[in-house]
Amino acid sequence: MLGQPLYPDPLSVAQEWCANGRGVAIATVIETWGSAPRPVGSHLVIDADGNFHGSVSGGCVEGAVIAEAAEVIASGTARILEFGVADETAWRVGLSCGGRIRIYVERLG
Amino acid sequence: MLLDHLHRLNAARDARRATVTITELDTGAARLFLEGEAFDPAVAPLVEPALRTGKSGIAEIGGRVVFVNVYLPPPRIVAIGAVHISQALAGMAEIAGFDLTIIDPRSAFATPERFGGTKLLAEWPEDALTRAPLDAYTALVAVTHDPKIDDFPLMKALEAGCFYVGALGSRKTHSGRVERLTKLGVDEAGIARIHAPIGLDIRASSPAEIAVAILADIIQALRSRDVTAGGRGAE
Repeated sequence: MLGQPLYPDPLSVAQEWCANGRGVAIATVIETWGSAPRPVGSHLVIDADGNFHGSVSGGCVEGAVIAEAAEVIASGTARILEFGVADETAWRVGLSCGGRIRIYVERLG
Repeated sequence: MLLDHLHRLNAARDARRATVTITELDTGAARLFLEGEAFDPAVAPLVEPALRTGKSGIAEIGGRVVFVNVYLPPPRIVAIGAVHISQALAGMAEIAGFDLTIIDPRSAFATPERFGGTKLLAEWPEDALTRAPLDAYTALVAVTHDPKIDDFPLMKALEAGCFYVGALGSRKTHSGRVERLTKLGVDEAGIARIHAPIGLDIRASSPAEIAVAILADIIQALRSRDVTAGGRGAE
Protein backbone atom coordinates (compact mmCIF):
# COMPACT_ATOMS: atom_id res chain seq x y z
CA MET A 1 0.00 0.00 0.00
CA LEU A 2 2.72 2.46 0.91
CA GLY A 3 5.78 1.92 -1.24
CA GLN A 4 6.71 5.55 -1.88
CA PRO A 5 5.91 8.28 0.62
CA LEU A 6 2.55 9.80 -0.25
CA TYR A 7 3.64 13.23 0.78
CA PRO A 8 7.35 13.88 0.27
CA ASP A 9 9.28 15.57 3.04
CA PRO A 10 10.85 18.80 1.64
CA LEU A 11 14.28 18.37 3.21
CA SER A 12 14.51 14.74 2.05
CA VAL A 13 13.54 15.87 -1.44
CA ALA A 14 16.25 18.56 -1.33
CA GLN A 15 18.87 15.95 -0.45
CA GLU A 16 17.70 13.68 -3.26
CA TRP A 17 17.68 16.52 -5.82
CA CYS A 18 21.18 17.53 -4.82
CA ALA A 19 22.39 13.92 -5.13
CA ASN A 20 21.01 13.97 -8.68
CA GLY A 21 23.11 17.03 -9.48
CA ARG A 22 20.26 19.55 -9.42
CA GLY A 23 20.79 23.07 -8.09
CA VAL A 24 18.63 23.51 -4.99
CA ALA A 25 17.50 26.39 -2.77
CA ILE A 26 15.92 26.07 0.65
CA ALA A 27 13.45 28.76 1.76
CA THR A 28 12.61 28.96 5.47
CA VAL A 29 10.05 31.05 7.35
CA ILE A 30 12.17 32.92 9.92
CA GLU A 31 9.66 35.41 11.36
CA THR A 32 5.92 35.91 11.33
CA TRP A 33 3.66 38.70 12.58
CA GLY A 34 -0.09 38.51 12.93
CA SER A 35 -1.97 35.82 11.09
CA ALA A 36 0.54 33.70 9.18
CA PRO A 37 -0.38 30.48 7.44
CA ARG A 38 2.79 28.50 8.18
CA PRO A 39 4.79 28.54 11.41
CA VAL A 40 8.38 29.75 11.81
CA GLY A 41 10.77 27.02 10.67
CA SER A 42 8.61 25.80 7.75
CA HIS A 43 10.48 24.94 4.56
CA LEU A 44 9.92 25.25 0.83
CA VAL A 45 12.59 23.63 -1.36
CA ILE A 46 13.06 24.66 -4.98
CA ASP A 47 15.26 23.35 -7.79
CA ALA A 48 16.79 25.31 -10.66
CA ASP A 49 13.88 24.35 -12.95
CA GLY A 50 11.30 25.74 -10.53
CA ASN A 51 10.12 22.38 -9.17
CA PHE A 52 9.21 22.72 -5.50
CA HIS A 53 8.04 20.87 -2.39
CA GLY A 54 6.77 22.10 0.96
CA SER A 55 5.39 25.57 1.69
CA VAL A 56 6.08 28.88 3.41
CA SER A 57 2.53 30.23 3.17
CA GLY A 58 -0.86 29.01 2.08
CA GLY A 59 0.21 29.26 -1.55
CA CYS A 60 0.04 33.07 -1.51
CA VAL A 61 3.73 33.90 -1.94
CA GLU A 62 5.29 30.65 -3.17
CA GLY A 63 5.40 31.91 -6.78
CA ALA A 64 7.50 34.92 -5.80
CA VAL A 65 9.78 32.83 -3.58
CA ILE A 66 10.38 30.35 -6.41
CA ALA A 67 11.36 33.21 -8.74
CA GLU A 68 13.82 34.58 -6.16
CA ALA A 69 15.16 31.08 -5.55
CA ALA A 70 16.29 30.79 -9.17
CA GLU A 71 18.55 33.82 -8.62
CA VAL A 72 19.83 32.47 -5.30
CA ILE A 73 20.71 29.15 -6.97
CA ALA A 74 22.52 31.01 -9.76
CA SER A 75 24.42 33.46 -7.54
CA GLY A 76 24.88 31.42 -4.38
CA THR A 77 24.04 34.51 -2.32
CA ALA A 78 21.34 34.05 0.30
CA ARG A 79 18.63 36.68 0.70
CA ILE A 80 15.79 37.58 3.01
CA LEU A 81 12.32 38.23 1.56
CA GLU A 82 9.48 39.95 3.30
CA PHE A 83 5.80 39.68 2.44
CA GLY A 84 2.81 41.36 3.98
CA VAL A 85 -0.36 43.21 3.20
CA ALA A 86 0.56 46.76 2.35
CA ASP A 87 -1.89 47.79 -0.35
CA GLU A 88 -4.19 46.42 -3.01
CA THR A 89 -1.27 44.77 -4.80
CA ALA A 90 -1.18 42.40 -1.86
CA TRP A 91 -3.57 40.17 -3.71
CA ARG A 92 -0.96 39.58 -6.37
CA VAL A 93 2.00 38.78 -4.16
CA GLY A 94 1.26 38.97 -0.48
CA LEU A 95 -0.73 37.51 2.31
CA SER A 96 -4.45 38.04 2.01
CA CYS A 97 -4.84 36.81 5.58
CA GLY A 98 -3.34 40.07 6.89
CA GLY A 99 -0.11 38.71 8.34
CA ARG A 100 3.50 39.46 7.55
CA ILE A 101 6.32 36.95 7.09
CA ARG A 102 10.08 36.99 6.52
CA ILE A 103 11.67 34.20 4.53
CA TYR A 104 15.34 33.26 4.32
CA VAL A 105 16.32 31.78 0.95
CA GLU A 106 19.70 30.03 0.68
CA ARG A 107 21.44 27.76 -1.78
CA LEU A 108 22.08 24.16 -0.75
CA GLY A 109 25.70 23.06 -1.01
CA MET B 1 22.93 25.28 3.97
CA LEU B 2 25.85 22.91 3.51
CA LEU B 3 25.00 19.56 1.98
CA ASP B 4 26.80 17.83 4.85
CA HIS B 5 24.49 19.63 7.31
CA LEU B 6 21.43 18.54 5.40
CA HIS B 7 22.62 14.91 5.43
CA ARG B 8 23.21 15.03 9.18
CA LEU B 9 19.90 16.80 9.80
CA ASN B 10 17.94 14.28 7.72
CA ALA B 11 19.71 11.34 9.39
CA ALA B 12 18.86 12.76 12.83
CA ARG B 13 15.22 13.25 11.83
CA ASP B 14 15.06 9.66 10.54
CA ALA B 15 16.45 8.48 13.87
CA ARG B 16 13.86 10.56 15.80
CA ARG B 17 16.58 12.68 17.35
CA ALA B 18 15.76 16.35 18.05
CA THR B 19 18.02 18.78 16.18
CA VAL B 20 18.69 22.53 16.25
CA THR B 21 20.28 24.58 13.49
CA ILE B 22 21.64 28.07 14.10
CA THR B 23 22.19 30.20 11.00
CA GLU B 24 23.85 33.63 10.97
CA LEU B 25 21.57 35.68 8.76
CA ASP B 26 24.26 38.05 7.49
CA THR B 27 26.91 35.47 6.55
CA GLY B 28 24.79 32.33 6.08
CA ALA B 29 27.21 30.39 8.32
CA ALA B 30 25.32 27.64 10.10
CA ARG B 31 25.86 25.13 12.88
CA LEU B 32 23.97 21.99 13.76
CA PHE B 33 23.31 20.56 17.23
CA LEU B 34 21.88 17.16 18.11
CA GLU B 35 19.98 16.40 21.29
CA GLY B 36 22.17 14.57 23.78
CA GLU B 37 25.44 16.19 22.69
CA ALA B 38 27.41 18.53 24.94
CA PHE B 39 26.84 22.05 23.64
CA ASP B 40 29.37 24.85 23.30
CA PRO B 41 28.65 27.18 26.28
CA ALA B 42 28.34 30.10 23.84
CA VAL B 43 25.24 28.58 22.24
CA ALA B 44 23.86 26.40 25.05
CA PRO B 45 21.54 29.21 26.30
CA LEU B 46 19.90 29.17 22.84
CA VAL B 47 20.03 25.47 22.02
CA GLU B 48 18.76 24.06 25.30
CA PRO B 49 15.54 26.08 25.59
CA ALA B 50 14.94 25.54 21.87
CA LEU B 51 15.08 21.77 22.37
CA ARG B 52 12.87 22.02 25.43
CA THR B 53 10.16 24.22 23.94
CA GLY B 54 10.39 23.26 20.27
CA LYS B 55 10.16 26.97 19.42
CA SER B 56 12.07 28.29 16.40
CA GLY B 57 12.86 31.98 15.94
CA ILE B 58 15.27 34.89 15.61
CA ALA B 59 17.87 35.39 18.36
CA GLU B 60 21.23 37.07 18.90
CA ILE B 61 24.65 35.63 19.73
CA GLY B 62 27.58 37.96 20.33
CA GLY B 63 25.88 40.83 18.49
CA ARG B 64 25.01 38.66 15.47
CA VAL B 65 21.44 38.03 14.41
CA VAL B 66 20.79 34.32 14.01
CA PHE B 67 17.88 32.10 13.11
CA VAL B 68 17.34 29.15 15.42
CA ASN B 69 15.38 26.30 13.86
CA VAL B 70 14.23 23.35 15.95
CA TYR B 71 13.35 20.00 14.45
CA LEU B 72 11.51 17.77 16.93
CA PRO B 73 10.61 14.20 16.06
CA PRO B 74 7.03 13.76 14.87
CA PRO B 75 4.55 12.39 17.40
CA ARG B 76 3.88 8.68 17.15
CA ILE B 77 0.67 6.76 16.82
CA VAL B 78 0.68 3.19 18.08
CA ALA B 79 -2.34 1.30 16.79
CA ILE B 80 -3.27 -1.99 18.45
CA GLY B 81 -4.98 -4.02 15.76
CA ALA B 82 -4.01 -4.63 12.13
CA VAL B 83 -7.62 -4.22 11.07
CA HIS B 84 -9.35 -2.50 8.14
CA ILE B 85 -9.49 0.84 10.00
CA SER B 86 -5.71 0.66 10.58
CA GLN B 87 -5.10 0.13 6.88
CA ALA B 88 -6.88 3.41 6.15
CA LEU B 89 -5.19 5.11 9.10
CA ALA B 90 -1.75 4.05 7.80
CA GLY B 91 -1.96 6.26 4.72
CA MET B 92 -3.63 9.18 6.48
CA ALA B 93 -1.22 9.21 9.43
CA GLU B 94 1.72 9.47 7.08
CA ILE B 95 0.18 12.39 5.20
CA ALA B 96 -0.56 14.17 8.48
CA GLY B 97 3.07 13.73 9.63
CA PHE B 98 2.64 11.07 12.30
CA ASP B 99 4.96 8.15 12.80
CA LEU B 100 2.68 5.08 12.91
CA THR B 101 3.37 1.60 14.30
CA ILE B 102 0.76 -1.16 14.18
CA ILE B 103 0.85 -4.02 16.68
CA ASP B 104 -1.28 -7.17 16.39
CA PRO B 105 -0.37 -10.67 17.58
CA ARG B 106 -2.77 -12.24 15.06
CA SER B 107 -0.39 -13.00 12.22
CA ALA B 108 -3.26 -13.42 9.75
CA PHE B 109 -4.05 -9.71 10.19
CA ALA B 110 -0.53 -8.34 10.57
CA THR B 111 0.81 -9.09 7.09
CA PRO B 112 3.01 -6.88 4.90
CA GLU B 113 0.59 -7.59 2.02
CA ARG B 114 -2.10 -5.68 3.90
CA PHE B 115 0.14 -2.88 5.15
CA GLY B 116 2.93 -2.27 2.65
CA GLY B 117 5.69 -0.14 4.12
CA THR B 118 3.93 0.63 7.42
CA LYS B 119 5.80 -0.44 10.57
CA LEU B 120 4.06 -3.63 11.65
CA LEU B 121 4.77 -5.84 14.67
CA ALA B 122 3.07 -9.27 14.64
CA GLU B 123 3.42 -9.83 18.37
CA TRP B 124 1.62 -9.30 21.66
CA PRO B 125 1.52 -5.69 22.93
CA GLU B 126 3.02 -7.04 26.19
CA ASP B 127 6.20 -7.87 24.25
CA ALA B 128 6.27 -5.03 21.72
CA LEU B 129 5.65 -2.31 24.33
CA THR B 130 8.31 -3.67 26.66
CA ARG B 131 10.87 -3.28 23.92
CA ALA B 132 9.64 0.15 22.78
CA PRO B 133 7.67 1.73 25.66
CA LEU B 134 4.92 4.29 25.13
CA ASP B 135 5.59 7.92 26.07
CA ALA B 136 3.86 11.30 26.31
CA TYR B 137 4.46 11.98 22.58
CA THR B 138 2.52 8.89 21.59
CA ALA B 139 -1.16 8.40 20.79
CA LEU B 140 -2.44 4.91 21.59
CA VAL B 141 -5.33 3.65 19.48
CA ALA B 142 -6.84 0.28 20.46
CA VAL B 143 -9.01 -1.09 17.67
CA THR B 144 -9.00 -4.90 17.88
CA HIS B 145 -12.29 -5.15 19.85
CA ASP B 146 -10.58 -7.96 21.79
CA PRO B 147 -9.97 -7.31 25.50
CA LYS B 148 -7.15 -9.88 25.55
CA ILE B 149 -5.24 -7.68 23.12
CA ASP B 150 -6.53 -4.14 23.87
CA ASP B 151 -6.68 -3.93 27.68
CA PHE B 152 -2.97 -4.18 28.46
CA PRO B 153 -1.83 -1.42 26.06
CA LEU B 154 -4.69 0.83 27.25
CA MET B 155 -3.41 0.52 30.82
CA LYS B 156 0.17 1.13 29.71
CA ALA B 157 -0.89 4.20 27.73
CA LEU B 158 -2.59 5.72 30.77
CA GLU B 159 0.48 5.00 32.91
CA ALA B 160 2.82 6.53 30.31
CA GLY B 161 0.73 9.71 29.99
CA CYS B 162 0.14 9.23 26.25
CA PHE B 163 -1.33 12.46 24.86
CA TYR B 164 -4.20 10.46 23.39
CA VAL B 165 -5.73 7.16 24.45
CA GLY B 166 -8.61 5.86 22.36
CA ALA B 167 -10.52 2.59 22.23
CA LEU B 168 -12.90 1.33 19.59
CA GLY B 169 -16.27 -0.02 20.64
CA SER B 170 -19.83 0.91 21.41
CA ARG B 171 -20.85 2.47 24.72
CA LYS B 172 -21.89 -1.01 25.87
CA THR B 173 -18.51 -2.51 24.94
CA HIS B 174 -16.85 0.39 26.73
CA SER B 175 -18.80 -0.08 29.95
CA GLY B 176 -17.50 -3.65 30.05
CA ARG B 177 -14.00 -2.31 29.44
CA VAL B 178 -14.39 0.24 32.25
CA GLU B 179 -15.36 -2.58 34.63
CA ARG B 180 -12.32 -4.68 33.69
CA LEU B 181 -9.85 -1.77 33.82
CA THR B 182 -11.24 -0.59 37.16
CA LYS B 183 -10.69 -4.10 38.58
CA LEU B 184 -7.12 -3.89 37.29
CA GLY B 185 -6.60 -0.72 39.32
CA VAL B 186 -7.25 2.12 36.82
CA ASP B 187 -8.81 5.06 38.68
CA GLU B 188 -11.66 7.29 37.58
CA ALA B 189 -9.35 9.98 36.17
CA GLY B 190 -7.64 7.34 34.06
CA ILE B 191 -10.94 5.99 32.76
CA ALA B 192 -12.00 9.54 31.88
CA ARG B 193 -8.89 9.96 29.71
CA ILE B 194 -9.96 7.16 27.37
CA HIS B 195 -11.66 8.42 24.22
CA ALA B 196 -14.50 5.95 23.75
CA PRO B 197 -16.29 5.62 21.48
CA ILE B 198 -13.10 6.49 19.61
CA GLY B 199 -12.83 9.46 17.21
CA LEU B 200 -14.58 12.79 16.74
CA ASP B 201 -18.30 12.39 16.29
CA ILE B 202 -18.66 13.01 12.54
CA ARG B 203 -21.06 10.10 12.02
CA ALA B 204 -18.24 8.11 10.42
CA SER B 205 -19.38 4.82 8.96
CA SER B 206 -16.80 3.13 6.70
CA PRO B 207 -13.35 2.08 7.98
CA ALA B 208 -11.75 5.02 6.13
CA GLU B 209 -14.25 7.49 7.62
CA ILE B 210 -13.59 6.10 11.09
CA ALA B 211 -9.86 6.55 10.45
CA VAL B 212 -10.53 10.24 9.59
CA ALA B 213 -12.50 10.63 12.85
CA ILE B 214 -9.70 8.99 14.87
CA LEU B 215 -6.96 11.06 13.27
CA ALA B 216 -8.94 14.29 13.79
CA ASP B 217 -9.45 13.35 17.46
CA ILE B 218 -5.70 12.71 17.82
CA ILE B 219 -4.82 16.06 16.20
CA GLN B 220 -7.23 17.88 18.49
CA ALA B 221 -5.63 16.22 21.53
CA LEU B 222 -2.12 17.02 20.26
CA ARG B 223 -2.81 20.69 19.53
CA SER B 224 -4.78 21.40 22.68
CA ARG B 225 -2.42 19.68 25.13
CA ASP B 226 -0.28 21.58 27.65
CA VAL B 227 2.48 23.03 25.48
CA THR B 228 4.67 23.93 28.44
CA ALA B 229 5.42 20.20 28.51
CA GLY B 230 7.40 20.85 25.31
CA GLY B 231 7.14 19.92 21.67
CA ARG B 232 5.47 21.58 18.76
CA GLY B 233 4.60 18.27 17.22
CA ALA B 234 4.45 17.42 13.55
CA GLU B 235 5.46 19.96 10.95
